[in-house]
Amino acid sequence: MPPPESTATAAPTLAPRGLAATCVRQVKRELAIARRRGSEWINPLLFQALVIVLFPLGISPEPALLATLAPGLLWVTALLAVLLSLDALFRSDFDDGSLEQMLLSPQPLPALCLAKTFAHWLLTGVPMALIAPLLGLLLSLPAAGVATLMAALLLGSATFSLIGAVGAALTVSLPRGGVLLSLLILPFYIPVLIFGAGAVNAAIAGDPVTAPMALLGAMLALAIAGAPFAIAGALRISVDG
Amino acid sequence: MRGKQIGMWKLIHKLGSPKWCYQLCGRLQPVFWIAAAALLAVGAVWSLAFSPPDYQMGDSYRIIYVHVPAAILAQSVFLAMTFASVVFLVWKIKLADMAASVMAPFGAAMTLLGLFSGAVWGIPTWGTWWTWDARLTSMLIQLFIYIGIIALRGAFSRPEQGAKAVAVLTLVGVVNIPIIKYSVSWWNTLHQPATFTLTERPAMPESMWMPLLLMVLGFYCFFTALTLYRLRSEILKRESRTRWVQEAVK
Amino acid sequence: MTVALTGRGLACERDERELLHGLDLDVVDGTLLRIEGPNGSGKTSLLKMLTGQLAPTAGTLSWRGQPLARARADYRTALLYLGHEPGVTTSLTAMENLAWSAALADLCVDAAAIEAALQTVGLYGFEDLPAGQLSAGQRRRIALARLELIPRPLWILDEPFTALDRAGVAWLEQRLLAHRDAGGAVVLTTHHEFAPTACIERLRLGATHAAA
Repeated sequence: MPPPESTATAAPTLAPRGLAATCVRQVKRELAIARRRGSEWINPLLFQALVIVLFPLGISPEPALLATLAPGLLWVTALLAVLLSLDALFRSDFDDGSLEQMLLSPQPLPALCLAKTFAHWLLTGVPMALIAPLLGLLLSLPAAGVATLMAALLLGSATFSLIGAVGAALTVSLPRGGVLLSLLILPFYIPVLIFGAGAVNAAIAGDPVTAPMALLGAMLALAIAGAPFAIAGALRISVDG
Repeated sequence: MRGKQIGMWKLIHKLGSPKWCYQLCGRLQPVFWIAAAALLAVGAVWSLAFSPPDYQMGDSYRIIYVHVPAAILAQSVFLAMTFASVVFLVWKIKLADMAASVMAPFGAAMTLLGLFSGAVWGIPTWGTWWTWDARLTSMLIQLFIYIGIIALRGAFSRPEQGAKAVAVLTLVGVVNIPIIKYSVSWWNTLHQPATFTLTERPAMPESMWMPLLLMVLGFYCFFTALTLYRLRSEILKRESRTRWVQEAVK
Repeated sequence: MTVALTGRGLACERDERELLHGLDLDVVDGTLLRIEGPNGSGKTSLLKMLTGQLAPTAGTLSWRGQPLARARADYRTALLYLGHEPGVTTSLTAMENLAWSAALADLCVDAAAIEAALQTVGLYGFEDLPAGQLSAGQRRRIALARLELIPRPLWILDEPFTALDRAGVAWLEQRLLAHRDAGGAVVLTTHHEFAPTACIERLRLGATHAAA
């Protein structure tokens, strides 16, 4: 029973060589896993949307009030949604031994971790930034803030993924690490929250957004430079003790 | 040069030996207890009875004699834990992890004391227990980081694994704390008009800052004495299987 | 193929519990070493130590004459490790799993090579099914297909016979002996008894404890 022609070409016809190619393969693997698991990756987004719906019901549907709260609410819910998705980041790889295979690869582990985290961002941060205008609509977010919100979410959610991956790597060997993970990671999310919401508020007020956006970019750069090593170290601790 | 290096290695290994450290801690401990008691007693009497009242805040400012040392210690303890974590991760000296593990609850307690004294001070000054003052806010966040570190250690069933995980988290924390502080003060200036804060005071007279200095030094000595004390019991607990502990306990 | 993994006076201690003590071992070309011992005698810890994941608490472990900690990059390009959990992702197909394994090994392989490897382990026709839909034995075979796909001189295998049927066991036994005879080296833990003619080396853990 030879495989159908189409899958043979879509599947790994040309396996990679070199670090960049390995990382590309790693990202493709994560995306394939997400595709196979069906709608699982959408759940954090649905969670965010549902929480957004709760606020007008719990506080007031008054558009003016919602508009002042909107930037903060969108950021807080995005943060919580990312947090929700983190526990699964390394869990199945830890359970089935894939993580151990990564650890023993001749390729540098921090690079593999960066690739894995990049895939996580593609599956959470990017769709989150894309649906943000829609959720903004529900909260009467002023139109002036929409573009900044999307850009800031793209930058900030990548930092969320990187810092969160450190926490996920630290807690992956714990059977019930989920709540602990939130406790460890939330304090480190505060700067991104502050500058992210600050950027949107500034855009709505008509102020320049360069400063908060630049700071978001700087935090992302720092996270890209440092987090992969912390993730790699934490994974080695979790797998081997 | 080479001889010097070997000498340093010997020293590091000697310091890393639990038995030797246990004895050293035992010898140093009384010195720090006495120093702490003396400094705190003199500092307390001076600051409560002899230093002048503030022209703006009256006597309520005196809470800085607890608040400021607690806040300083809350940060110093974190730095000490960072140092211990680096030593533990790089040189694999278990003693460093023991030190980090006994320091964390003290750091958390000092952060809590700083927060509590800040809240108490808020009543006469702002008329409320809590305002989102930049320093208090970042102190609250730091308290959560301390709690996270303590909780992470407790979550592991294998202590060695927990020790390494905590060391990594401490390093992540020390990189992030300045960023958190900076972002919180940026947020604070954006949202609040400048109020007078507890610690940023223009030139204090000598009669005010001298007792403050004594209190800070007293807190440091208290911290050192308590750490030495708790380190000794931690060494006994972790080394309970070794012959020297069994002989010492006998 | 040049395998030269040497351990001298190895000791392993986990959470103040001594698992191994004063262990010497040499893994060179043509070694087929079976590590034996009752549960909890430190078999998996020893394998983790030999793969360089766990540092020995005492003794030295060297690879081609260099301390293992320093020769790690070189060592990992010579090592193929299958753990207790062999690293087969249930939501990926056999093809995808092996393509990822090859990428981690920094190898250039094409689909035909992966298909050939799968055919050798008897998974022809199952290439494009998610591994979760296969039986435990078939998933084990996906992992074992790495032995065909990724040419490495040193194999360290933790319970590789688990879940295999009789034909699979026979195939794997022959494969291990063939690798040894071709100059490769194998270190494994298993409850499987090799044929008496196989003439393999044994290392009994727990015995060293009794002697010490």
